[in-house]
Amino acid sequence: MTALAARFQHGYPGFSLDVDVRLPLRGVTALFGPSGSGKSTLLRLIAGLEKAGDGHLALGEAVWQDANNFVPTHARPLGYVFQDAWLFPHLDVQRNIEYGLRRIPPTSRRVSLEGIIDLLGIASLMQRMPDRLSGGERQRVAIARALAVSPSLLLMDEPLAALDQARKQEVLPYLERLHDALEIPVLYVSHAIDEVARLADHLLVLDAGRIVAQGSPAELMARVDLPLARGDEAGALIEATVAGHDDTYQLTDVAFPGGQMSLPRQAAGIGQQVRMRVLARDVSITLAAQTGTSIINILPATVTHIAEATPSQSLAGLDLGGTSILARITHKSVDALGLKPGLAVYAQIKGVAILK
Amino acid sequence: MFGADNLAAILLTVKLASVVTVLLLLIGTPIAWWLANTRSWLKPPVEAIVSLPIVLPPSVLGFYLLVSMGPNGPIGHFTQALGLGTLPFTFAGLVVASVFYSMPFVVQPIQNAFAAINPGLLEAAATLRARPWDRFVTVALPLARPGFVTAAVLGFAHTVGEFGVVLMVGGNIPGQTRVVSVQIYDHVEALEYAQAHELAIVLMGFSFVTLLLLYAFNRRVARIGP
Repeated sequence: MTALAARFQHGYPGFSLDVDVRLPLRGVTALFGPSGSGKSTLLRLIAGLEKAGDGHLALGEAVWQDANNFVPTHARPLGYVFQDAWLFPHLDVQRNIEYGLRRIPPTSRRVSLEGIIDLLGIASLMQRMPDRLSGGERQRVAIARALAVSPSLLLMDEPLAALDQARKQEVLPYLERLHDALEIPVLYVSHAIDEVARLADHLLVLDAGRIVAQGSPAELMARVDLPLARGDEAGALIEATVAGHDDTYQLTDVAFPGGQMSLPRQAAGIGQQVRMRVLARDVSITLAAQTGTSIINILPATVTHIAEATPSQSLAGLDLGGTSILARITHKSVDALGLKPGLAVYAQIKGVAILK
Repeated sequence: MFGADNLAAILLTVKLASVVTVLLLLIGTPIAWWLANTRSWLKPPVEAIVSLPIVLPPSVLGFYLLVSMGPNGPIGHFTQALGLGTLPFTFAGLVVASVFYSMPFVVQPIQNAFAAINPGLLEAAATLRARPWDRFVTVALPLARPGFVTAAVLGFAHTVGEFGVVLMVGGNIPGQTRVVSVQIYDHVEALEYAQAHELAIVLMGFSFVTLLLLYAFNRRVARIGP
């Protein structure tokens, strides 16, 4: 497996980037961070669209930048999807997609054009001009155009950020299909946790130009100290297995290390993997197991961390016995319940979102 | 329809304007590209020099061109060293003078068209394996096409319409430097109003139709994009 080794140090007006990282290139690696954290800059440095004064960059054995060399963007075997698509307005969809394809030698064409067009569902758009496309269609064409050069690495810079929620939901399934169908490793920049949760196999968290954490999405999302936990969308990611279906109540039981939960009936068969998201705001804590409640998912847990989230709210890290989740509760409740690391409690889970 | 001398003047004018327009597109495009993209401190001075003919009286520009192309001027030294003699009162001299005179009308539309191209499009081309020259030819040039049309039309029309610089540099040699505008002047001097009118109405019509087509074209471009 090839790895991307990147070391950059560069001062910009208002912030500095200082990164030294080695990324395993397999599946989707998400670069997450708040606006201004430097994640897009890092991606542009990797693409060679910007040049850091001091940097070293190598994809496997191939050095793209060091003290003496700087391989220009057009000579790097990468694909790039921009937030704004940047389709060439004077070329139709077909010629946009063929633009890069024509510029690579036939021997390095490893991806079939028909396959890409099919994968992204754009066959009916081929003769259209870019200004006749919707935002979601434009982004799908941009992805196809980037894939057509058979890149060794696909860089995506917030490809969904310019789209409204409906368009975003239209494009996301295509990104998942891409992930499942192609072997091309992806570096995916985003500040939207829901995208990261759905797509990422590996996660890198940036804050103020520094990498503050790197690891599996599930592990990092359950941490209370990262920028991931700051927003309203903070929540844990759980990889679970379908354990059984309840036909009477139309529920599906899923198992994960340390417990089991019931969800509304899922299409997935027994033994299949599902990725679920439990938002911190949907989890509450009790000292004793509640009876006479409508909540069906109540699990024994141990408090691992307490951190301040807002002036009125805390974020509690909970261990379900091998699986970590977060709970957002008020400071008042922390004091009233006497919550502290090590305490045995019960987690009441009001809602679970199935991601895939 | 036209007298022989009037026809000669018209043909000479068309030839001059055509040669100048082609040269200006060749010279003006790199200057416009540089001006649209540079952050150098040299940009304002270069822009000012290119634009000088807009504000200078043609006689001033013509005077300095005459002196510098003369036997003791820098351009004169150069052309003499090449064995070409001196340029004043020749067709080549008119071409050189007209290139300077019409330069801003060609450079500015192209520069504006280049500046309007979002750098993101060129970056996208770079990520699709296009080298700098390739990006320029396949992305920048086609997107700047309306600017080139405007530049070519204005460069041609402005060269057809020049008078003062021609008179200063080219004089009034039939078939060589006597362009339409000078010919009209000669007719009026000789009180040949009918012949003057014959040419004047042609220039009037040409200028109006040219500008009409140009504005109609720009309106269409604004509506549907390049």
